[in-house]
Amino acid sequence: MIDGILIEGLVYALMVLGVFITFRILDFPDLTVDGSFPLGAAVMAVSITSGVPLWLGLLLSFGSGLAAGSVTALIHNKLKVPNLLAGILTMTMLWSINIRVLGNRANLPLLRQETILTLVRRMSTGIMSNTMAVLLFFLVVTLVVKLLVDLFFHTDLGLTMGAMGNNEQMVIATGVNPETLKLIGVSLSNGLVALCGAFVAQYQGFADVNLGQGIIIAGLASVMIGEFVLRSNRIGLLTLRVVIGSIIFRGIMFLGRYYGFYINLTPTDLRLITGLMIILSLVATQMRSNRTNSQRGRRSAAASTNNRTGVGAGGTGVGNEGPAGTGGGT
Amino acid sequence: MIRLQSVTQVFNPGTVNENTALRNVTMKVREGDFITVIGSNGAGKSTLLNLISGTYPPTVGSVHVNDVDVTRHPEYKRAAYIGRIFQNPLLGTAGNMTLEDNMMITYRKGFKGLRISLNHRMRDFFRTRLKDLDMGLENRLKDNVGLLSGGQRQALTLLMMVLSEPELILLDEHTAALDPKNAQIVLDLTTRFVSEYRLTAMMITHNMHHAIQYGNRLLMMDNGEIILDVDGDEKRALTVDKLVKKFHEIRHRDFESDEVLLTDPNE
Ligand SMILES: Nc1ncnc2c1ncn2[C@@H]1O[C@H](COP(=O)(O)OP(=O)(O)O)[C@@H](O)[C@H]1O
Ligand SMILES: [Mg+2]
Repeated sequence: MIDGILIEGLVYALMVLGVFITFRILDFPDLTVDGSFPLGAAVMAVSITSGVPLWLGLLLSFGSGLAAGSVTALIHNKLKVPNLLAGILTMTMLWSINIRVLGNRANLPLLRQETILTLVRRMSTGIMSNTMAVLLFFLVVTLVVKLLVDLFFHTDLGLTMGAMGNNEQMVIATGVNPETLKLIGVSLSNGLVALCGAFVAQYQGFADVNLGQGIIIAGLASVMIGEFVLRSNRIGLLTLRVVIGSIIFRGIMFLGRYYGFYINLTPTDLRLITGLMIILSLVATQMRSNRTNSQRGRRSAAASTNNRTGVGAGGTGVGNEGPAGTGGGT
Repeated sequence: MIRLQSVTQVFNPGTVNENTALRNVTMKVREGDFITVIGSNGAGKSTLLNLISGTYPPTVGSVHVNDVDVTRHPEYKRAAYIGRIFQNPLLGTAGNMTLEDNMMITYRKGFKGLRISLNHRMRDFFRTRLKDLDMGLENRLKDNVGLLSGGQRQALTLLMMVLSEPELILLDEHTAALDPKNAQIVLDLTTRFVSEYRLTAMMITHNMHHAIQYGNRLLMMDNGEIILDVDGDEKRALTVDKLVKKFHEIRHRDFESDEVLLTDPNE
């Protein structure tokens, strides 16, 4: 059970990293995710069944996510459509596209195909248990991706992106077009989400158009859970808590799925529970920030005018500390 | 250097909220000018600066920089040579990021690539420059800017702005949200930087004494128009009384800013 939770938590952490980039760093609540996740899965599944090498399949999935994200960003930037609506538009269109990608069907099984998981299992036979090998594999994958994301946010471009959700005026003042940063950030985010979809398809053994349902909410819940674990301004720790949040979230879902029936829960209740978890986090955050505001008095009251909270259509910072700054440094 | 040609700015045209913020304004900013701008609330001072920086294009008229028509250039492009500071200290820096991150982001203007520029040399450089502010900020490179006081934050914004080497700086009541002591510190720093870096500057202030004391040129605005533009000896000879009298002569009514008249000259 623990290994199952860890594996799922690590795999889905890739998607949560993507959600973290849009919601927290860019302050751009992007709903494309529910479509780019199955897109990545579909592209991977089709690549596998048509004999494309695994590494290329993964690359194509990542690329398909980049493309999906850029569509959302372009709709938002060029047509001045609110970011939420832009994401919903792309997500909706992706549903049809995903069915096309899967060859005009809703589901593509990967039975008896060589996937990255069968490869890992085969290579590790005799050295360690299958589960252990898969766990180790995803630990490495997630860690590498996490470190690459960290590295990106240490570059000049990444630092500037870190200021986006916090202070767009400052980004403009430094001579950078915020639209360009949104394009890069939202694309990158969906690239990670699609890559996650590619791994999940192989882990579950099939790709399905409906694989993406509720992904964004799961991602958001994971981000918010992570924020309760530790507070920091260092990007390395911010992404670490994303991974931890993802694992804890999968743990909670696991418990709900296997022990929920004791309290009359069915698997269909899990989304309700996820939603309630997010609401609970929001309430807890609000209480916490009220407390610090009354303690710190005037200065933080002034500062809080800049800290949007709530999932309002216009105000976008869903949650804990407002948009996260990315701390560079060593 | 900057030329506004017959600029009119109308907000919400054709609605009940239609509001003309600038009326057919033509003016030039010469290189090296340090212009102070005064006028009652709603006179159009901020709108004037917003048009120069390109926050929005004017409804009518054109904006020229060194004889290039930049009327349609977006704000982020004009930011390559224009630095701005607002009344709200939160607008100049990213509060959730460290001092060094903030300084690195604004150090160079324009699109940033995948280089990692923030290294020990940069940190040392930032430290020396921060020491110059004499606020102890040189020891706080890794602190979030959100932890600084309003005065420290505004001073940091000022420093970050001059390090990016703008040609023109636009200050919109940038000391108005600070307590008198910090306002004076930031104001002193402003004049020091303007002369050290030979900047061209426009500074909106609600304090008539400051408007008279600083700069080589003074604009007075009212109801969307520049009603007074003085420089040189004439500017030097100004007093608050003379300004108020001048306003009355031009507009045939009293200068309606109790705030201005009640302001302590030492503030
Ligand atoms: N973005 C805007 N939308 C609508 N009206 C505005 C806007 N900005 C300024 N105004 C109006 O234009 C007039 C001039 O405003 P402003 O330039 O901010 O004055 P000042 O800075 O001199 O106090 C005011 O009546 C103000 O209400
Ligand atoms: Mg103003």
